[in-house]
Amino acid sequence: MAESMVQIRNVTKVYERGRQKIEVLHGLTLDIPRGDFVALMGPSGSGKTTLLNLIGGLDQPTAGEITVGGRRIDQLSSGQLAQWRAHNVGFVFQFYNLMPVLTAEGNVELPLLLTKLSAAQRRKNAAVALEIVGLTDRAKHKPKELSGGQEQRVAIARALVSDPQLLVCDEPTGDLDRKTADEILGLLQVLNREHGKTIVMVTHDPKAAEFARRTLHLEKGQLLEQAA
Amino acid sequence: MTRSGFVIANLFRRRTRTILTLLSVIMAFLLFGLLQSVNTIFNAGADFVGATRLFTQARVSFTQPLPVSMLPKLEAVPGVARVAYQYWFGGVWQENTPLIMFALDPQRYRDVYPEWVMPEERWQAFIHTRTGMIAGKQLADQYGWKVGQKIPINSNIYPQKNGTKAWIFDLVGVFDGKDEDWKKRTNLAFIQQDYFDEANQFGVKGRENFFILKLADSNHAQQIARTVDAMFENSPDETKTQTEKDFNISFVKQIGDIGLIVRWILFAVFFTLLLVVGNTMAQSVRERIPELAVLKTLGFSDGSVLGFVLAEAFALCLAGGLTGLLLASIAGAMVEKGTGGQFQLTVDYRVWLIGIAVIVLMSLAVGLLPGLRARRLRIVDALAGR
Repeated sequence: MAESMVQIRNVTKVYERGRQKIEVLHGLTLDIPRGDFVALMGPSGSGKTTLLNLIGGLDQPTAGEITVGGRRIDQLSSGQLAQWRAHNVGFVFQFYNLMPVLTAEGNVELPLLLTKLSAAQRRKNAAVALEIVGLTDRAKHKPKELSGGQEQRVAIARALVSDPQLLVCDEPTGDLDRKTADEILGLLQVLNREHGKTIVMVTHDPKAAEFARRTLHLEKGQLLEQAA
Repeated sequence: MTRSGFVIANLFRRRTRTILTLLSVIMAFLLFGLLQSVNTIFNAGADFVGATRLFTQARVSFTQPLPVSMLPKLEAVPGVARVAYQYWFGGVWQENTPLIMFALDPQRYRDVYPEWVMPEERWQAFIHTRTGMIAGKQLADQYGWKVGQKIPINSNIYPQKNGTKAWIFDLVGVFDGKDEDWKKRTNLAFIQQDYFDEANQFGVKGRENFFILKLADSNHAQQIARTVDAMFENSPDETKTQTEKDFNISFVKQIGDIGLIVRWILFAVFFTLLLVVGNTMAQSVRERIPELAVLKTLGFSDGSVLGFVLAEAFALCLAGGLTGLLLASIAGAMVEKGTGGQFQLTVDYRVWLIGIAVIVLMSLAVGLLPGLRARRLRIVDALAGR
């Protein structure tokens, strides 16, 4: 069996909304091997995004263990998690979440401000990432001067630039038309197959899920099945 | 791209708002620079260097007159070449225009102030005309006064013996300054002390607001001042002797506690500024909560995000503050030049140091609350718009 990239053991997540406690994940256990491309599907409120946030180290479980890339991340402090995220995970969001005041190049370079790379090296790495997503010619453009598909490519370049092994994508094609969505999903597939990135993607779209190696279905905070 | 580049880019995300805020910071620090230098002037210690005249007034205030019987004692002080004296008349032109107007002994005054230039026959006319008045050129030009005219002046303090506050003087001369510096000061008028003493109802005869001591040697100014004040110590008329420049400053101080006035104005200015810049920073952070959450997602620590917000506040206050102080320095130099050095609005290193301290404090005051809010953001909530 392939080495695990993500190991989730008996994870429970409870949110408190005022006096109300909402258990979103109920003792969930899951393994995602290194190099996998997993699509997480399920109805709204099933816990997909919560699971993705836990895998990406954006949130902490109420109970259970999460190990990513061999490191227990459920025990890390907020500062340690931030540092861990900077070096180990790339994020792609539905609405791209680029910095509107920066150019495409600036946006891609942003995570590299957390490294000790020189300014020249940062620029070079950003250029390489933009080349991978096919946006070299739009490097000097600001997000408002780009199409939705181009913005998402910039976001993918930003996720890639610090060379993380894990990419977490939350509805990466949710705001795009079919053709552009397929291009973005094709790009993710290339990153998975040719660059060895492990990808966990939340989607509502069955066609998007077809690009993944496998699809996991969540319902009411529990994993229903594993389909090849 | 660098962290500072990112801070500046964020600062100008709403260019108009930032420029307007920057202008208010510049204006506040321009006012701060000028008012703080005014404060410095009024709080400065006595400076006797190069003084050629000394002013002797009552220790408490020049509004408390001194007896003219002091005159021979003052004249006898070694190093004093000549003594003149003046009494405040409180003249008012027409309805309500106050004039700087003194009653004095013309010959003594002329001897002490050779800087005033007027033809000899005009001086003689002033000396020999009891109802005579001379006016500075600026004043005469301003109100169209001509030599030979009778000038009706009210006094808001002294009525004549017949009860009227309306006085009529014969304009016997118009004086000018000997150079550009003195020409700028010709906005005052003088009348005969003898006439004033006899005609005023209050019978203030024999008392003077201050004496002006012309010195034989400016190097001894401080020593002479001490001698004079020591001479009248523990008497009913204790004195305070100071240079002409310090006297002019203390004259303005009669308005009130200048330091307190300046502090209150600055308090009002900075309080308003705090609201303006604080609101800008709070708004700026509020409208990019998701962006701040993305920064945290990418791995920027809570402290880094707080640092970005504080750096923005600091950059805004620093740019506006330094520009304001620079403009204050330029304006101060212009005022000093324009008044021939009479009003030295020098924005010196002390003002700059206080200004820089204010910039740092203000940056913290306006940046800390929104910065802490950014620091506390929970990524998942902020990304979900909660």
